[in-house]
Amino acid sequence: MTIPKFLHLSQINCTRAPARGRATCRTCLLLGLMLWGAPGAFAQAAPTDFSKASTNEKLTQLDQRVTAAQSSADNAWMLVSAALVLMMTGPGLALFYGGLVRRKNTLAIMLQSFALMALITVMWALVGYSLCFGGNGPVIGGFEHAFLRGVGADPNPDYSGTIPQSTFMVYQLMFAIITPALITGATAERMKFSGSVLFMVLWFVFVYAPLAHMVWGKGGFLNASMGGRFPTLDFAGGTVVHISSGVSALVCALYLRKRTGYPQQPMPPHSLVLSFIGACLLWVGWFGFNAGSALASNGLASSAFVATHFAAASAALAWSAAEWLKNGRASALGAISGAVAGLVAITPAAGFVGPMPALVIGVCAGAFCYWMVTKVKAIFKYDDALDAFGVHGAGGTIGALLTGVFAQQAINPIFGAGKAVGGLDGHWTQVGNQLVGVLIAWGIALVGTIVLLKIVDIITGLRVSAEEEEAGLDVTQHGEEAYNLEA
Amino acid sequence: MRGFVLWRTRAGTHCGVLEIISMMKIEAIIQPSRFVSVKEALHEIGIEGMTVTEVRGHGRQKGHTEIYRGREYTVDLLPKMKVEMVLPDALVEKALAAIMKTAKTGMIGDGKIFLSKIDEAIRIRNDERGENAL
Repeated sequence: MTIPKFLHLSQINCTRAPARGRATCRTCLLLGLMLWGAPGAFAQAAPTDFSKASTNEKLTQLDQRVTAAQSSADNAWMLVSAALVLMMTGPGLALFYGGLVRRKNTLAIMLQSFALMALITVMWALVGYSLCFGGNGPVIGGFEHAFLRGVGADPNPDYSGTIPQSTFMVYQLMFAIITPALITGATAERMKFSGSVLFMVLWFVFVYAPLAHMVWGKGGFLNASMGGRFPTLDFAGGTVVHISSGVSALVCALYLRKRTGYPQQPMPPHSLVLSFIGACLLWVGWFGFNAGSALASNGLASSAFVATHFAAASAALAWSAAEWLKNGRASALGAISGAVAGLVAITPAAGFVGPMPALVIGVCAGAFCYWMVTKVKAIFKYDDALDAFGVHGAGGTIGALLTGVFAQQAINPIFGAGKAVGGLDGHWTQVGNQLVGVLIAWGIALVGTIVLLKIVDIITGLRVSAEEEEAGLDVTQHGEEAYNLEA
Repeated sequence: MRGFVLWRTRAGTHCGVLEIISMMKIEAIIQPSRFVSVKEALHEIGIEGMTVTEVRGHGRQKGHTEIYRGREYTVDLLPKMKVEMVLPDALVEKALAAIMKTAKTGMIGDGKIFLSKIDEAIRIRNDERGENAL
């Protein structure tokens, strides 16, 4: 039986009105069904044709339309989320980092984020997506989706049955972009652009892709939702994004050594206004990052959205309070750094905890990262220029461990109905699983980064000369200046 | 203005006719927050030309401490405004009084005024020289 034109119309109405919710869609569908088969003769046809169609046919049609309606709602949210996550890198992170460097290095650090938007995107299309989400090996994916073969409007039931695989693919791409961009905070003001580009491409293939596959990919041995050997809860990338980038950032900072003149010479941020705007964009973008990780526009997404927001707020307060106690004042830089630390720490937990645990995680992250950045960095004297390790490495680690403590089956029964998820749920082994995931992420990041830095050091070199560093990377690496006072 | 002058060196006493210096430069380094009042006061007594620069420096005033993520920086070069003007002698005392009155807050860091003699002034547009060029 062919479907009359008219029904298509009713379906389109449903998909265009996501805000009105399911009730409206259902009304549309019923209306459509009632009038099914009677495009021209409205009045007398409805009862006759209804009786003609078999119940099974009607149910099939209804089922298709419900699926289509859900898909469009989910897809709308996921496309928005993907855009929000891209906004975190540029302009969010670019502004946040751009304001923290000295003015002679502003464009260099911003361009590194932007370059990754282009570089990783191309890499993702060629092999990246496939290495992360193709195949089902325990450590890394395959070449099944190389050159985006088979990635189109049909959903990939392994990961997200309700949205086109292209949406899933492009959403995951945005995570792959921001992760290496976070590392640039540690290498700021002294790394060659050529070395940076080469390092980032290699790092993406040899550190990010395996880790993303292990934690999120089908068959990955840390994957919690698909029965991995050590199920590590990582809702939106605490291990994959923040620990991997943060720990690699520490390795880079140690390998590159200190900036000339650090710590004797003052290197205050050149524009906290830029950083402030960047941090606010990060906060907003993080809703796409965490709530989007539900991969659907559902209750779990709302729960993750709420948890994300609450943790950011409490972490900003915690960092500010620590500063107030220590220095007698709260600062703008402190408040925004705290918020970012809270967002980092809630990332693995967002889809597993309620608002109250989120507040606790935020407070822990704010205080812990404050201590890492102000005390630990000073004790060990590494020059993590913009605190990529202090915020992302430290915040990601504490967040991943606390996820094991606070995860609740009431929020996300990931191990099956009625099965405890986190420690406070009665499943303390999960903290051990989280520790395994954390250690593996640390291990891959440490080893991978050291090896890759060695290779890149031989090929392009990593550090600019002392004269170039003195003159600034904007002029020496890019031949331009952020602020042209004569212009 | 020309005048007859005597001057003495080790070689003896000399005399001659010299251009007598009749212009002074006032360099006032003041608090940025007082700048608008100073400028208005100078305008009121009929002083039209001035050159203003944003400068940094310090005299006896100690700077302050800034803390960024736990790292302390002592900022000892503080922002000031430098107002420069070259005036005919007749206006100098009035100008000084106007600056002193408006730039003073009574706190440390109010700044300083330096006076120096000016040998010549030339208006680029039409080659006018001396006081006429001011």
